Amino acid sequence: MGLNLGKCLKVGEGLEIRFILIQNRAGKTRLAKWYMQFDDDEKQKLIEEVHAVVTVRDAKHTNFVEFRNFKIIYRRYAGLYFCICVDVNDNNLAYLEAIHNFVEVLNEYFHNVCELDLVFNFYKVYTVVDEMFLAGEIRETSQTKVLKQLLMLQSLE
Amino acid sequence: MVPVPGRLKRSQTSQLKGYLFISVLVNSNSELIRLINNAIKNDLASRNPTFMGLALHCIANVGSREMAEAFAGEIPKILVAGDTMDSVKQSAALCLLRLYRTSPDLVPMGDWTSRVVHLLNDQHLGVVTAATSLISTLAQKNPEEFKTSVSLAASRLSRIVTSASTDLQDYTYYFVPAPWLSVKLLRLLQCYPPPDPAVRGRLTECLETVLNKAQEPPKSKKVQHSNAKNAVLFEAISLIIHHDSEPNLLVRACNQLGQFLQHRETNLRYLALESMCTLASSEFSHEAVKTHIETVINALKTERDVSVRQRAVDLLYAMCDRSNAQQIVAEMLSYLETADYSIREEIVLKVAILAEKYAVDYTWYVDTILNLIRIAGDYVSEEVWYRVIQIVINRDDVQGYAAKTVFEALQAPACHENLVKVGGYILGEFGNLIAGDPRSSPLIQFNLLHSKFHLCSVATRALLLSTYIKFINLFPETKATIQGVLRAGSQLRNADVELQQRAVEYLRLSTVASTDILATVLEEMPPFPERESSILAKLKKKKGPNTVTDLEEAKRERSADVNGGPEPAPASAVSTPSPSADLLGLGAAPPAPAGPPPSSGGLLVDVFSDSPSAVAPLAPGSEDNFARFVCKNNGVLFENQLLQIGLKSEFRQNLGRMFIFYGNKTSTQFLSFTPTLICSDDLQPNLSLQTKPVDPTVDGGAQVQQVVNIECVSDFTEAPVLNIQFRYGGTFQNVSVKLPITLNKFFQPTEMASQDFFQRWKQLSSPQQEVQNIFKAKHPMDTEITKAKIIGFGSALLEDVDPNPANFVGAGIIHTRTTQIGCLLRLEPNLQAQMYRLTLRTSKEAVSRRLCALLSEQF
Repeated sequence: MGLNLGKCLKVGEGLEIRFILIQNRAGKTRLAKWYMQFDDDEKQKLIEEVHAVVTVRDAKHTNFVEFRNFKIIYRRYAGLYFCICVDVNDNNLAYLEAIHNFVEVLNEYFHNVCELDLVFNFYKVYTVVDEMFLAGEIRETSQTKVLKQLLMLQSLE
Repeated sequence: MVPVPGRLKRSQTSQLKGYLFISVLVNSNSELIRLINNAIKNDLASRNPTFMGLALHCIANVGSREMAEAFAGEIPKILVAGDTMDSVKQSAALCLLRLYRTSPDLVPMGDWTSRVVHLLNDQHLGVVTAATSLISTLAQKNPEEFKTSVSLAASRLSRIVTSASTDLQDYTYYFVPAPWLSVKLLRLLQCYPPPDPAVRGRLTECLETVLNKAQEPPKSKKVQHSNAKNAVLFEAISLIIHHDSEPNLLVRACNQLGQFLQHRETNLRYLALESMCTLASSEFSHEAVKTHIETVINALKTERDVSVRQRAVDLLYAMCDRSNAQQIVAEMLSYLETADYSIREEIVLKVAILAEKYAVDYTWYVDTILNLIRIAGDYVSEEVWYRVIQIVINRDDVQGYAAKTVFEALQAPACHENLVKVGGYILGEFGNLIAGDPRSSPLIQFNLLHSKFHLCSVATRALLLSTYIKFINLFPETKATIQGVLRAGSQLRNADVELQQRAVEYLRLSTVASTDILATVLEEMPPFPERESSILAKLKKKKGPNTVTDLEEAKRERSADVNGGPEPAPASAVSTPSPSADLLGLGAAPPAPAGPPPSSGGLLVDVFSDSPSAVAPLAPGSEDNFARFVCKNNGVLFENQLLQIGLKSEFRQNLGRMFIFYGNKTSTQFLSFTPTLICSDDLQPNLSLQTKPVDPTVDGGAQVQQVVNIECVSDFTEAPVLNIQFRYGGTFQNVSVKLPITLNKFFQPTEMASQDFFQRWKQLSSPQQEVQNIFKAKHPMDTEITKAKIIGFGSALLEDVDPNPANFVGAGIIHTRTTQIGCLLRLEPNLQAQMYRLTLRTSKEAVSRRLCALLSEQF
């Protein structure tokens, strides 16, 4: 029976992915998927912090950044930063490629995806995310299977 | 409104959009969840894989307690049922994982667990991936239940790693077979110790295969190929380190990482440095790691990403032993000169630890610490310079050298204040060892120190004053000069109490005490007892758990000290003097040694008296907070940057129990944490409080609980005060708040009919028994809220008693050990004037007065 100790981020038990963000260089969020409970103002703060941390980095830096008591694996594709926030013990390269895998699926699904595709079809993007990630873990990695499922869902509309 | 899934004529699109809305916009506290749960239930039972999938995703995304209660029993069945579609199994596994994380009590182990383990053999690799994630988490809390997964995971991994690239078509990524699944299987294996020999053999082969493949020419030039391949490689190395049982594998891993240290790609150099750090603490690979020292030092000098340089520092620290300590410390010092400010303190701590641990010759140690102070004085925390003083005091052989070196260092025109502190202390104790040399004669030493005096902070000046009195003892020829300084108006009438006190007392001491007494009082500081180094504790706190320091400790525990040689006498940092504890915790200390290194907030008066440390005045806002707790029992009583105090209490008749929760809001430990309940003389006989002491150490982010047993002996007016004192970092904290134990807590409601009420009301008509107060309303005059407050106050709220329905009437009994006092109250609101009239009638005037005062503040 304890009381809330304020705004410290809680470490989930074994939780891997905390959140996934897609932001453009200006800081506009194109996708935000949260796998941990945060208040709205906490979310806003996190978004701003991630943007600040990630946009100052360039080619000489690694694709991994220490962030609060987690880390962010990110990669830039054209004007968009794809960021996954994971636990400090997680496998950096595995998540770096999970991002790339995800981007390749988006590319295939939207036929040479660009930022506007994500803006106008944000609900479809969430569907793609949910196919590949769920409950803070990687769910499906086969691009073939994911695309097949997406096309099937699309055909039902 | 919301297109709720489950409506009869829904289309797939609106269902999709409904679920999307739920997962994105509805948080798990919303009431909509109840509506939604029904729709989900139907979808789960529908046997349509699309609907089931969407429903499971929704549960996994929201994961509220209500959903867990509704569905946690159902989902394991779906997961292991033979006829469930693969994609549904995938989602069910991760959905169950989510529910287990948020409500583990609702997901008990059962028959389904062994069937989940068998999913590791499923032909659909997506199912295996999800199942592996689920098992990894469940196995942490229920290792026995899932230990059969180890051999299955090992063989599955083996099959993947040795498969040709055409075998796993859908799951081959840039010529790497099922990289993410491989990583997950390797992580599952890290939940368990090394397996039985049969399985271990196969696993070792598998790991060797992974290491071999890293050496083969790549199948593709694309970075995706090498990243995927290396992801598996690094995780395999993680497993090898975790097992820490195959020397061959450990050495091979080390060599592989050594190659990565010089790779083109920054990512790989970073990961190699990080991974090698953990390898360094294994006795099998420690020597192999050391061979790369030049490469790591080079990284420290040339890497352009600061986080990579940081990993290099960590690795140097981890690989340090007696053979390379001098080299490594020198490199770290030179790096410190240009290091990022944010990492300086950590490097300082590490250098201090290494210098102490591996010092054969303590002159080197003293030089290193003085260098630290010179280069990064601002980041040299108290623990560090206390330590050097303790070591110098404990080691006769280095005292002269220390005195000489600080003397020389102080000659620099601009030296850091920490150097003045260290120098002041050391010269105060050991200045006599260099006084023979005319260049460092007593008067010269004094003038040198005093030239810095006016530039220093209060704490340093206080230390220097102590040094001066020690000089008077050591060098009688300086007495006149120093007394002159002490006598100066700027000391004797100094605005700071501490300085003034010291100046006055030291002056007096030097005047009245005979040489013998002076010599006894100012005797040389005796050696400190052995205690754990607080620097190590501070470093651990900075880096968090599972850092290299922990691994080091474990290693030291497992194997004898490979480096040999005497361990230096570790000693504790100075703790705040508390009334009855020994100064500096010295145990059987010789008579009152003078001038301990000043811990901020420690008053000189504590050395000579037994009076308790002063209680701070009540914290601002204490009154308001107090008032808030009159009508309620739970909430946060006090909060500042460091500390949060919460309360939860319950009362019955004349007894009560209060739980006080102290939360450490920082990441640093609180030491000597002492909460005290203080009752004034008037309060003491009327209110009995019993409690047990609390653990004096509160970890960062932790919460401790204190239970207070309360008994109301007789009616009382004042409130007890809760005073909390503790040490945070180097500062001394002192907080006082009023503890909301008020008379009305022992107020029990009494229902009664209108007649009875008026009868009693008339009985209590003498002027002493009635107290009335007319006051302006402080809060909006809301009827429901007012009623709630009256009930919260402890009174019964009597309806249909007062002829005026707008008035509030209450009745109850105050329970004390000795008596019971009946109370009646009447609250008449005047909405137009925004005022109230409150009347209290009880058989005891003091009670009427107190209750009236308390209740008036609430409206």
